Amino acid sequence: MVGDGERRISRGGFSGGIRNLAYDPAARGIALQILLVLAIAAIGLEIVSNAVSNLARQGITSGFGFLNHTSGFDISQKLIAYANTSTYARAFWVGLLNTLLVAALGIMLSTVIGFAVGIARLSSNWLIARLAGLYVEVLRNIPPLLMLFAFYFAVLKALPAPRESIVLPLSSYLNVRGLTVPKPMLEAGAGYVGIAFVLALVLAAIIAGWARRLQLATGKTFPTLWTGMALIVFLPAIAFFAAGQPVQFDTPQLGRFNVMGGLTLLPELVALTLGLSLYTAAFIAEIVRSGIVGVPKGQKEASAALGLNERQTMRLVVIPQAMRIIIPPLTNQYLNLTKNSSLAVAIGYPDLVSVFAGTVLNQTNQAIEVIVIVMAVYLFISVVTSLLMNWFNARMALVER
Amino acid sequence: MKEPANIEPARSTARRPPVRGFDPLGWVRRNLFSSPLNGLLTLAGIYAVWLAGSAVIDWAIVRAVFAGKDGSACAAPGTGACWAFVAAKFDQFIYGRYPEPERLRVDLTMLLGVIGLAGLMIPAVPRKGWFAAYFLFVFPVIAFYLLTGAGFGMVPVETERWGGLMVTLIVAIVGIVASFPVAVLLAIGRRSRLPFVRWASIGFIEMVRGVPLITMLFMASVMLPLFLPDGVTFDKLLRALIGVALFQGAYLAEVIRGGLQAIPRGQYEAADALGLSYPQKIGLIVMPQALKLVIPGIVNSFIALFKDTSLVLIIGLFDLLGIVQQAVSSDAAWFSPSTPLTGYVFAGFVFWVFCFGMSRYAQWMERRLSGGERR
Repeated sequence: MVGDGERRISRGGFSGGIRNLAYDPAARGIALQILLVLAIAAIGLEIVSNAVSNLARQGITSGFGFLNHTSGFDISQKLIAYANTSTYARAFWVGLLNTLLVAALGIMLSTVIGFAVGIARLSSNWLIARLAGLYVEVLRNIPPLLMLFAFYFAVLKALPAPRESIVLPLSSYLNVRGLTVPKPMLEAGAGYVGIAFVLALVLAAIIAGWARRLQLATGKTFPTLWTGMALIVFLPAIAFFAAGQPVQFDTPQLGRFNVMGGLTLLPELVALTLGLSLYTAAFIAEIVRSGIVGVPKGQKEASAALGLNERQTMRLVVIPQAMRIIIPPLTNQYLNLTKNSSLAVAIGYPDLVSVFAGTVLNQTNQAIEVIVIVMAVYLFISVVTSLLMNWFNARMALVER
Repeated sequence: MKEPANIEPARSTARRPPVRGFDPLGWVRRNLFSSPLNGLLTLAGIYAVWLAGSAVIDWAIVRAVFAGKDGSACAAPGTGACWAFVAAKFDQFIYGRYPEPERLRVDLTMLLGVIGLAGLMIPAVPRKGWFAAYFLFVFPVIAFYLLTGAGFGMVPVETERWGGLMVTLIVAIVGIVASFPVAVLLAIGRRSRLPFVRWASIGFIEMVRGVPLITMLFMASVMLPLFLPDGVTFDKLLRALIGVALFQGAYLAEVIRGGLQAIPRGQYEAADALGLSYPQKIGLIVMPQALKLVIPGIVNSFIALFKDTSLVLIIGLFDLLGIVQQAVSSDAAWFSPSTPLTGYVFAGFVFWVFCFGMSRYAQWMERRLSGGERR
């Protein structure tokens, strides 16, 4: 088609050439792209010039210099040293770590709940399957923000004052100021327990490799899972007692006005973790269910024909194939949970959005810089995750003949 | 020669014929007590249902307060749900601070919207094109004039007074209607052969999908005013709508792209062979088929949007959740220990009814569409 157009242009003089050019798909494509570039550039220019004049009028100096200024505000939960004399840049790291903390806790909890509910939904037990179905249908149709509010304002804020704390097992206390649990204190010799743990992991990996070679060579199987679990549990335990129990717990004491000692989890953190986990778990349950259902029936029949029992069929045939279906949407849910952790701003948990797009933005008025920083962080997390996912998919993809 | 063991006739004992029809005892044994573990699980499940069920009934009905003038009715310790609070605030939860004499206009708008939606969603109703045109082009204009009261001798109502379920529905419906053309263009752009168009579309879609909606809303509420020329100001609600529409556009574009990818190459080639231009090919051949394929996906992304509308409360708008939150936290007359939970349960129930209904609709549509494929 392109060649045809060119031939006619060369034959038809100037005016015919223009007319033919207008009907030439390639030429029209280029013209459209030039128009698009011009339009985007024009909008961009307009935005920048407006922003510059608006900022000048409001007396705001743009740029990232404000990051080195003293913040002057406190943050209720900090994983790294921070005080109100620290800089805004330090506040950024505190907020980011808080976001990552709640994301990590939420991912762990939602995975456990989600897998349990998803498997329960496929149970042959009618009642259990129905209850799991009820969980999914109720929780995934309610806004997560509403769940956060309900947990935070209606449940955790209605808890008794510290004096009348609810006493939980393991000398933990629950009150309106949060959940206080015993705090592990590492003493000299605790390192040996860690070393034993790493050693157990390495040994378990070596045994797994050896068992695999054994099976490939002779067809004999070896209980790798049980051996590995025993190693991981008992080696650190032996080291723990051999080193003279180097981990002590700072157990909280119920004082007159407050709970003393221990490690206190903020009610905001508890509400956020619970709300996000329960919400995301409903979606994970559906992913797990569809993953297991998605393994063709023929696979189960084939493994039964090979003489594998039900547990072997599950462990060796169904689950590995189901994981291939489950993992990509599961990663998506983890990303969603991380992005939803920004709802923290509504209940005052000091996450990245709450610290930066909330407090810092109000103090400095550096709207553009602050929003760009916050968006860039989430974008970075998303892009890294999806790159990892693509790599994983390429590795896991079915190799067809 | 010895007979093979498996055809010894004497071994088989007479068995009862299988039960036909419903056999309750057999059903219980098969589905609830098929093994000792399953039996234990069933008993634990029954116990859990009994505990939760009795607690819910106790809270929602037995110990609940159904009538009362203010929070003192619900202030007694051990009181369950404070339904009197919901009853007293019901109108506010629906209309926000919309002036009472003008609320008929909101009702009328909702009725007009329901007519359009019903026409679009019920497959038996003919003339889908007319309904689509009405819902996408005519209804928004009527709704705009009715709700704002601009012109035609109506009392103007500024958007600061809008609130409650009305704002939730407005944000959700405007979000989906306004994002639709954006999404269609982005989806086509992402599959375009022109590199710059493709990369611009991919860049926009992936950027928006990579960030939380809250940051988009913050951007729309604090950054957008900086980008506009001096003197031009946008209404707060409008700014939120722009943020929501851009956000939803990126997600919807991916749904529509899924449909575009499912259209066989032959359809494109057939359109080319008929001599259709590119817009004709996309508009008349490809897009109608793609959109029909992704109706369930569109409904699902609408459900996600509907739940996300609650986020507008963070930038200071009062949607249903926002107005409930305001009522339970700052209305001194109704302050009582049981008010917050009652409010959240009510809001949760309203959201749940909408989302659950739509998800059932999507599932039904999916079955209908796949039924058509099979024929």
